[in-house]
Amino acid sequence: MAKTKSKQPRKPLTKERLKNQIRNVVGNPFNMIVFFSLLILFCLIIIPLLNMIQNSFVVAKAELRSIPGAKIGDYTLYYWKYLLASPLTKTIFWEPLVHSLLIGALTTVISVPVGALIAWLMVRSDIPGKRVISSLILIPYMIPSWCKAMSWLSVFRNSRSGSLGLLTGLGIDIPDWLAYGPIAIVLVMCMHYYAFSYIMVSGALRSINSELEEMGEIQGASKTQILAHITLPLVLPSILSATIMTISKSIGTYGVAANLGNRIGYYVLATRMKEFINDSPKGVGYAMSILMISLAAVTILVNQKLIGTRKSYATIGGKGTRSNLIPLGGAKWPLMIFLIIFLFVSMFLPLFVLVMESFQIMPGAGYGADNLTLYAWIGEIENAPSELYAQNGLFKNSEFGRACLNTAKLSIIASIITSFCGQFLGYITTRGRGKWYGKLTEQLIFIPYLMPGVAFSAIYFSMFSQPRLGGLIPSLYGTFTLILLVSIVKHFPFASRSGQSNMLQIAIELEEAASIEGASFWKRIAKIVIPLAKNGFLSGFLLTFISIAKELDLIAILMTPANYTLSFLSFEYSKEAMPQVADAICIVIIVFILVCNRIANRLGGDVSKSM
Amino acid sequence: MSKIVLEHIDKYYGESHVLRDINLTIEDGEFMTLLGPSGCGKTTTLRVISGLEKPQNGKMTINDAVVIDADNAFYEEPAKRGLNLVFQSYALWPHMTVFENVAFGLKIKKVPKDEIEEKVMGSLRTMRIDQYRDRYPNELSGGQQQRVAIARAIASSPKLLLLDEPLSNLDARLRIDMRAELKRLHKETGTTIVYVTHDQVEALTMSTRIALFKEGEIAQIDTPLGIYTNPIDLTAADFIGNPRINFIDAKAFYNGDTMTVKSPFGTYEFKHETLKLDEEIPENEEFDCVMGLRPELVDISLEDPGKKHTIEANVYASQPAGSETIVNLTVGEADFIALQIGLVEYDMNEKVYVTLHPSRMNVYNKETGRLIKFAKVKHHAGEE
Repeated sequence: MAKTKSKQPRKPLTKERLKNQIRNVVGNPFNMIVFFSLLILFCLIIIPLLNMIQNSFVVAKAELRSIPGAKIGDYTLYYWKYLLASPLTKTIFWEPLVHSLLIGALTTVISVPVGALIAWLMVRSDIPGKRVISSLILIPYMIPSWCKAMSWLSVFRNSRSGSLGLLTGLGIDIPDWLAYGPIAIVLVMCMHYYAFSYIMVSGALRSINSELEEMGEIQGASKTQILAHITLPLVLPSILSATIMTISKSIGTYGVAANLGNRIGYYVLATRMKEFINDSPKGVGYAMSILMISLAAVTILVNQKLIGTRKSYATIGGKGTRSNLIPLGGAKWPLMIFLIIFLFVSMFLPLFVLVMESFQIMPGAGYGADNLTLYAWIGEIENAPSELYAQNGLFKNSEFGRACLNTAKLSIIASIITSFCGQFLGYITTRGRGKWYGKLTEQLIFIPYLMPGVAFSAIYFSMFSQPRLGGLIPSLYGTFTLILLVSIVKHFPFASRSGQSNMLQIAIELEEAASIEGASFWKRIAKIVIPLAKNGFLSGFLLTFISIAKELDLIAILMTPANYTLSFLSFEYSKEAMPQVADAICIVIIVFILVCNRIANRLGGDVSKSM
Repeated sequence: MSKIVLEHIDKYYGESHVLRDINLTIEDGEFMTLLGPSGCGKTTTLRVISGLEKPQNGKMTINDAVVIDADNAFYEEPAKRGLNLVFQSYALWPHMTVFENVAFGLKIKKVPKDEIEEKVMGSLRTMRIDQYRDRYPNELSGGQQQRVAIARAIASSPKLLLLDEPLSNLDARLRIDMRAELKRLHKETGTTIVYVTHDQVEALTMSTRIALFKEGEIAQIDTPLGIYTNPIDLTAADFIGNPRINFIDAKAFYNGDTMTVKSPFGTYEFKHETLKLDEEIPENEEFDCVMGLRPELVDISLEDPGKKHTIEANVYASQPAGSETIVNLTVGEADFIALQIGLVEYDMNEKVYVTLHPSRMNVYNKETGRLIKFAKVKHHAGEE
């Protein structure tokens, strides 16, 4: 159709016209919802971000004495100079930056190919045991990364930590550089972030028309040639996507780096930043957070540039989605063994070690019956088999009970609120697809996704640790409310993506038909949209719930003892000499996650959507 | 039971001028079809009438009541226009039974329960699906879902019924059955119907009048017979008719009184009365023209029948299709198609005799593409 470009006619403004235009906009509840959503998003995302940027340039009370002649509220470059141009800069900035980049690069270079290889094996090759492997392959991802860090420690820990790990206990000398620091951090993260590239590449492989590879075979190409010249280029967009995601997530990581790096003074950006925010000068922490966010933004922009609109080469047309599996021949058993070892190391071993260590009296002293006890689970400190134990066993531990309660409170309330908001935001972005408010909403929601968890909570810390709006909002410093707020907003991207895919299933014509029959906006929502959105909502809710329950990085900065969640409690315990109780908490969390995930899968939820 | 008048309707999507100065009057009780290829603006026009789209310019009245006044930014709500719409995808609510789907609108209007029962069952019975009242849409076939969608639209006895390509998702056989149903529905209820389709057979068989759309404008409004026999331009002529019309290039000369056309078939003279004089017809100079000839108006015989306007032709190919045979013929440089009833076999390159009826041909000005000579609508056997 020849659509000539022409300007819309300008209409003269009359009273009647103005009255009708106002009525059209205000009288439509959808417009009001969009307006308020944009307002709220702006207040929850843009304003805190701007506020933190501002705070990094403003003198705070704690630095009054360090800045001669300054008053509270003056503009200053003190914090930025402290960070970037002071004698401390090397230790607090350059080193952590290099460490973060190093970890990011190494993790990506190892985990992306591994994930891609596993994806190819599972989708394209004739490797045996696929059923079993595919049900197990994402379990390592569900074990929180800091739990994996703890199981690493329980294998490799040496005397530096006050208690021994499995190997040291067997008499093997484990050097510091293996037990802690960059190698440990990178390996633990690889066993976690392989999942990104696995999910993305397997998705891409599944959507590629197998006839493309078959054609190569007919033309006489060998298996390696087909792989290199046909398959690889077609999955390149997904590999690039996975690479960028892995880099940005691993640069901003906190929990693993803290567990494995702090005790030998190996710091990354996130761990340094937490120190500044929890102590002082906070302004330096804010400056660091801004730099981390910029770094993440740059990597994601690079991703957009490289991939652009070619999000995937999902081939159009043709019927060949039956895939003829590529026979592995002689390579079959070696690759099978590789997979088994991978699963063993990233799933079975950590779980086993954690479980066993929780039963040990002296870590590292072996699994003999004389070294095993149920103390970590149900013991009381008066009856402790060793005076090194610092707490009651889990189920007799009031701190554990409170942490359970806190985790439950946080997860349930946050996920209910964020899931509801996600459905609404999903409704706005789908019904407003292509329109200015739809695009704006999508972009605003994307911002929390960009930021590493610690940097994001730094923003809220900066915004809400003082009273706002002239006392209308009191200081939320150290409160549960602040943690709740941060959890809700940080999960907006996921919740709204889930809401979006849910709403896309509900064709707009179903609503149009209702409106022609006379249903008002709210009637349509109640009678048409909600009944049809119910199931999608439930599975999205469960996945958000799981994500919030195991969260550590996001809330670490905001934690106070009264608000300890299970993950943070375990993290605190793990810093002490006796890790058994910490391990026990880990196990509780892992079991909980696996159970919830099972339920979510039954309802149609898919963890791969959380990326 | 309502008369609809659209005046100067313009619709833009951003800078895209999708509907251009649409003017259309639909009389009370008509079956008006909006016909055209994909993307020509017919569905947009239907949605403007329904209230689901708001035009940036123009006015619309239903029974003289203003429902659209773009100058004053006044757009009456769809529910208040006394109409109903059948979507191309049916848009049946999957979580409601057939009964609930049809009763939805009545419940909103707070109609008493026994009246709802009566109206819904009446509507279901008219569409002959009353036995499915408690089924869910996904338990029905495409044709049954179609009927539910129509039943839902007529349950509230609307004054105006809008249908957006309702038959395009059905298989060929079902389509023919449903065409008959819709025609009956129109006669029985007397409701004004506006029907959107790209299928010219539907348009020809069901409508009282057809509005032919082209690139956002209305090219021609006429009865089915009028559009079929005298399409207003080359695009319209090409669009209507199955198999498509034959176009023969020729040269014309108009001296102000008679038009002489020289074609590969021979020379024809057309009198003043048969010409469309409000079109551009160059006088006293030879100009290019195109003759339009319907395949069914080409008579083939194996021997010379001795009639006027008979010429020799060569069989290029023949396609017997059971109820009819399509024959590709050539005369000199010109090639064209003839349509014969029944099964007839011709050999390739067989010589046959072809009798034409120039009074039933259209002539088009090649440069402007517009019709300049009318074809006679009916003729008696033996006429030219």
